[in-house]
Amino acid sequence: MYKIITKKELAPKEKMFEIEAPDIAKKAQPGQFVILVIGEHGERIPLTICAYDKIKGTVSFAFHEVGKTTKELGLLNEGDCLRNVTGPLGNPSEIKNYGKVLCVGGSIMIAPLLLQIKALKNAGNSVTTILGARIKDVLFMEDEAKSISDKLHIATDDGSKGYKGLDFLKDLIAKENFDHCVTMGPVVMMKTVSEITKSCEIPTTVTLTPLMVDGMGMCGVCRVTVGGKMQFACVDGPEFDGHQVDFEELVKRQRMFLPEERVSSVLWEIGGCKCGRNKA
Amino acid sequence: MAETKPKPKPKIKKESIEMPKQAPKERVKNFNEVALGYDEEQAIEEANRCLQCIKPQCVSGCPVEVPIPEFIKCLRERRYAEGIATIKTKNALPAVCGRVCPQEEQCQVNCVVGRIGEPVSIGRLERYLADWEREHGLQIPEKAKPTEKKVAIVGAGPAGLTAAADLVKLGHRVVMFEALHLPGGVLVYGIPEFRLPKAIVRNEVNYIEKLGVDLRVGNQIGRTHTIPELMKGGFDAVFIGSGAGLPQFMGIPGENLGGIYSANEFLIRVNLMKAFQFPEYDTPLRLGKHVVVIGGGNVAMDCARSSMRLGADVCLLYRRSRDELPARKEEIENAEEEGLVCKFLAAPLKFIGDEKGWVKAMECQAMELGPPDASGRRRPIPIKGSDFTMETDTVIIAIGQTPNPIIQRTTEGLVVNPKHGTIIVDENGKTSLDGVYAGGDVATGAATVISAMGMGKNAAKAIHQYLTNKK
Repeated sequence: MYKIITKKELAPKEKMFEIEAPDIAKKAQPGQFVILVIGEHGERIPLTICAYDKIKGTVSFAFHEVGKTTKELGLLNEGDCLRNVTGPLGNPSEIKNYGKVLCVGGSIMIAPLLLQIKALKNAGNSVTTILGARIKDVLFMEDEAKSISDKLHIATDDGSKGYKGLDFLKDLIAKENFDHCVTMGPVVMMKTVSEITKSCEIPTTVTLTPLMVDGMGMCGVCRVTVGGKMQFACVDGPEFDGHQVDFEELVKRQRMFLPEERVSSVLWEIGGCKCGRNKA
Repeated sequence: MAETKPKPKPKIKKESIEMPKQAPKERVKNFNEVALGYDEEQAIEEANRCLQCIKPQCVSGCPVEVPIPEFIKCLRERRYAEGIATIKTKNALPAVCGRVCPQEEQCQVNCVVGRIGEPVSIGRLERYLADWEREHGLQIPEKAKPTEKKVAIVGAGPAGLTAAADLVKLGHRVVMFEALHLPGGVLVYGIPEFRLPKAIVRNEVNYIEKLGVDLRVGNQIGRTHTIPELMKGGFDAVFIGSGAGLPQFMGIPGENLGGIYSANEFLIRVNLMKAFQFPEYDTPLRLGKHVVVIGGGNVAMDCARSSMRLGADVCLLYRRSRDELPARKEEIENAEEEGLVCKFLAAPLKFIGDEKGWVKAMECQAMELGPPDASGRRRPIPIKGSDFTMETDTVIIAIGQTPNPIIQRTTEGLVVNPKHGTIIVDENGKTSLDGVYAGGDVATGAATVISAMGMGKNAAKAIHQYLTNKK
């Protein structure tokens, strides 16, 4: 069950798996996610779907090795199996012909953004893509993005490649008349993009990836405030109007379990826990 | 009758046999089961208190119609295998029911012995037999001839497991879809280990699987497959038992601060994901020293008792008074023995956070009781100028759950109560769609395990009828 068919290294600590999951592949659409559990003692983590092959019966997702679970995931190889993968969860993206679309992707979420770009192109849109990363070494899928977009720009936090930061977006938006903006990436990036597009009145869709446990509406840990109302990212989203999201609150909620996540990660790395969970 | 004639007054002990329990001071430090169960002699002694009524009143109080006098007779004659088989003709989950059913409001409230003393402890006897079977090996009953009919069960909780067991025994092919990665529904994610050990749930599910039910976990109906797809894809009928999984919040300021959990989140982390064994298990839970649980039902008690086991001081905040607490009396007593402090007639107005966005206090308001409301309980009315502040670092909101909306949203033509989100069914569990039945919390709103099982059983009968008539 849920065998890893291909494993790709996108950048240091950033990997992509293609797994066997025919039921999920059959129903998957851009914008949806899966919840996976690695083993017996594992937690449930959500990952956005970044490709699917309905004929082969596979779905793909990308992840950044940041905590215990993603690091453990990164050690698995082709042929290994995951205990459980549930999906496709969440509402699919609204794909239609907006006209000119600006797509801004950052770090690991670049992978699912490409799936979205393909769908937007198929719907007849003209797409300008911005790929963002901390530094140039962790940037990936540049060629693929170039081949599917009408225009491509690169931005890095330190300016090691392309533009430095996202300030250039203001000029770009002033020059080009975008009808819609789609942004997927770290919360801070989505917040910046949303602030810029709000001032220019460009409707903006953000994909939120808050903490989740069940991912199907049961626990409410993924609750976010959108337009002053409580929404669950798992069943009401994960896509929302970027101009309505309370990003400050989201950032705080994402950090709720940071100390525990660090403990878990460190213990796992030093192999200090004698309960055998490393083999889970 | 003949054998009782020489003795005009049968010697019935007025008091039931106490069931051994872990002492409060000990049990509040562990997650092991609180109630330890009868030993053989205690079970027989208690079984001997049963009058074996010709017209048993107890059975009419049981939502799944367990043949109570019959199984008790087997027990006192030490025919244990027969006793458990008798229960299982009607109830596929006796080890669960023997532990979590509110017998005091159901079978036992009708017990004739109860008129002269304490009623027979039917639940404890049921538990004894179920535990006996677990230790001595499961028996699998014979099934009816295969019917070539295929039924999908949505949700492996109490309603779904019951319907699945009944339908598979009638010879139908049964596939059970569970959205979570483990089967059991509320029995695994909701009810804590110390009230219902998960190994026991696993064992009950094993029994259902051994009956021939094909269980598929991690399969969310409404997403992975939809109900119309199932009906078109070879299933002759569907039973929806997807539960009441959507947590309710209060809609007051500060509810999204860190340290504020829905009861569901707290219980899922602790029970399903075993956060009480973090970091051995990967899912964390951050619990402060001063936990406030808001609500007064069984779920609130489960949250409070789990929190105490995790080392916290716990205060239960309930807007009505002790008399209106909806939780089982036994649970309230257990919780108070373990150190629960209750604050009645008060409700929160807002939560106050620290600079990191973590809850540090809550503003509350005192209440008084007015005339009864629609639920028949006296309505709480705020007392003006009674505001006060309570310090806390963790809040668990246990004010109820509503049905998960995913199936309702993805099933065209399924009629749903617009106010509560419950699926509307007739007395047989039939929905607005042909061949689609529903039962349990998704149809009633949050209720008990046994009422869900009763509806599962009822719907199974109706589905069998439907399949038999459908050629």
